[in-house]
Amino acid sequence: MRRGISIAAAVTVVALTASACGGSDDDSSSKPKDPKDVSGTITYWDTSDAATEAPTYKALVKQFEAKYPKIKVNFQSVPFTDVEQKFKSAAKSGKGAPDVVRTDVGLMAEYASLGYIAPLDGTPALKDTSDFAATPLNTAKYNGKTYGVPSVTDTLGLLYNKKLLKQAGIANPPATWDEFIADAKTIKAKTGAYGTYVNPDSYFLLPLLYSNGADMADPSAKKITISDAAAVKALTTAKQINDQASMKVDFANAYQNMQAAFKNGKVAMLIQGPWSVADTLSGSAFKSDQANLGYAPVPAGAGGKAQAPTGGHNLAVYQGSGNLDASYLFTQFMTSTESQVAIAKGTGTLPTRQSAYTSEVTSDPKVAGFKSILDKTARPRVALPQVGSLFTPLQQNYVKILQGDESVKNGLDATAKEFQKLLPGYSIG
Amino acid sequence: MTTAASTGTTNKTARGDGPSPRPARVSALRRSWDKYWYAWAMVAPVAVVITVLVLYPLGYGFYQSLTNANESNVATTIGAFHRPATYDFVGLDNYWHVLSGADGDFYPRLVWTVVWTVSCVVLQVGLGMALAVLLNREMRLRGFYRAMLILPWAVPSFIGVFAWRLMLNSQYGVFNEIITAFGLPAQNWLGTPLAQKVAVIMVNVWIGIPFNMVALLGGLQSIPKELYEAAEMDGASPWQRFVNVTLPGLKPVSNTVILLGCIWTFNMFNVIYLLLGNNTTGDTDILVTFAFHKAFNGISDYAGAATYGIIILALLLAFSTFYRRNTLKSEQA
Repeated sequence: MRRGISIAAAVTVVALTASACGGSDDDSSSKPKDPKDVSGTITYWDTSDAATEAPTYKALVKQFEAKYPKIKVNFQSVPFTDVEQKFKSAAKSGKGAPDVVRTDVGLMAEYASLGYIAPLDGTPALKDTSDFAATPLNTAKYNGKTYGVPSVTDTLGLLYNKKLLKQAGIANPPATWDEFIADAKTIKAKTGAYGTYVNPDSYFLLPLLYSNGADMADPSAKKITISDAAAVKALTTAKQINDQASMKVDFANAYQNMQAAFKNGKVAMLIQGPWSVADTLSGSAFKSDQANLGYAPVPAGAGGKAQAPTGGHNLAVYQGSGNLDASYLFTQFMTSTESQVAIAKGTGTLPTRQSAYTSEVTSDPKVAGFKSILDKTARPRVALPQVGSLFTPLQQNYVKILQGDESVKNGLDATAKEFQKLLPGYSIG
Repeated sequence: MTTAASTGTTNKTARGDGPSPRPARVSALRRSWDKYWYAWAMVAPVAVVITVLVLYPLGYGFYQSLTNANESNVATTIGAFHRPATYDFVGLDNYWHVLSGADGDFYPRLVWTVVWTVSCVVLQVGLGMALAVLLNREMRLRGFYRAMLILPWAVPSFIGVFAWRLMLNSQYGVFNEIITAFGLPAQNWLGTPLAQKVAVIMVNVWIGIPFNMVALLGGLQSIPKELYEAAEMDGASPWQRFVNVTLPGLKPVSNTVILLGCIWTFNMFNVIYLLLGNNTTGDTDILVTFAFHKAFNGISDYAGAATYGIIILALLLAFSTFYRRNTLKSEQA
């Protein structure tokens, strides 16, 4: 590991010296060009699901190449889970880095603060910005500049199996976490199916934190808030859900098991995002009856608020791209209204442009289901460059709390201490 | 290193007693160059490669461990983006922070790393030896058994580990299918840190047995048959023969196998990382996986990861030196 880093560092130095010389030459010659004159080859890293979603994106790339015949796009599928490490090491060394990369909104602050992605204000990449919904556009901003163009957006909602709820005599999906636990018990008693399956990934904890008025940190007051009373309340509820409402969590295989259990009717309710719906509908509980899948906002917490994190993907342009002009044009094309309509129709994910919610798009139950949830409960996350690092200690202590090794208060205090190491200058409070 | 040290001593004894004056040493060097220049020339490419691939990165890693460098303060120039280096030299601060226990991570990780290494090596060598002894006698289908037992070695370790992860799945795994078929309650095999620790040790032992078995089988076959015959003549029981003939005869092989096993297991990354996934408490991380998280989660902490790297290296170096010295002593005795 250590060796790997140092070699990477050595390569970086060499590569950067070389690319720095090249870069300055480019700068002097680059003038605003007519889009039709832009030529060259660019590489695009796509992180959409390679089997179900990528064909839609590939088709769009073909259309782009038809529109700009002088530009060739090298389409590469990179798994979503690997892209952060891959992009960061490529970006550092300059070797093999893409020109345009599809980036999870949670990574924007980190990439931007490290200088890996280019500010796009005033470039052709950003077009008709007023058309973008405010929350997704905010995810692309860091320190007042825009570093990405929103492509798709998502949030977490409550997906439920209508038949199982009906069988248990529950008319409406639960509106609060307390109802959620009570309903889960009823479902277990009346149908034999489990109420839910807790996903021990800390991202899926955010709706509970938010709806109880808690958060990881408060950047404006420079405070770490993960151990305050609201967070303790949220985690206490999380532990209750795990103990009383959930199928037994298999920590090493949690995501796969929870999907398998839900789509085959062994679990009645799930906190999930729109990306999972296509997979869910392929399961035995929904395959022949797609209308059996219900969509609702996440339950509300102590303060009566229901809130969930805004996720989704932005297109970002690599700062060291050898062909910025073509990259801007490509980003513009892929985030245009027509492209977003095509993506929504092809994959069932939610567009970020208001104009892309055409009647054709909203008639898709997947889009319609999550669109109303998005309007009601989605909120931005804290945009700190360290957010990626913060999730690790939160994750570890969350698992400890769920497994019963640590009390809620102690687990959160330990998390806050770890946060303080990562956020210099912040106080716990 | 041992060779360098031993040639050093032989030279000294060959040169006779008393300190030799400097000019003599220079002329000795020249004589050696005149006589062996081709040997030096042969060694040069290897020396260059080792310098570039091992010594330079090692030196650079050591340097980084003396700074507070991380991904956000090293010098970066990407396209139009320039950031000068703003990290500082902090001397031995990182080491003090880790070794004094102030970071709260090092000693718990070290204890588990040692427990993990010792249990894995004891089980691997013990079971490997048992199987080697079993397979060293005449029996039907011996070749077939040997081939089957070597199989875990032939499977790429990450595939083996993923297969175990599937089998240990508490809801859809084959182990729970089997035990529930016998009417026993399903187990959450990877549900608590203790269960996870047992599971990673089990999987690592499974991966490590073939190597130990093959190496020890080779050792067994090199023990002269006459020794066993003589022992039998003297009326030694099978157990006495094993303890007094087999074990001493295996020593040269088993010493090396144990040393290698310790070093490999101490730094065994993929079993723990791949079997348990991301939803862990962190208690199951050994020093290497912990250093990996420092280097690759979120904004990379180069200095912290390099410090752990150097400490791991120092621990292993100290252990191997100590171990080699002890086993050499006992082999000579």
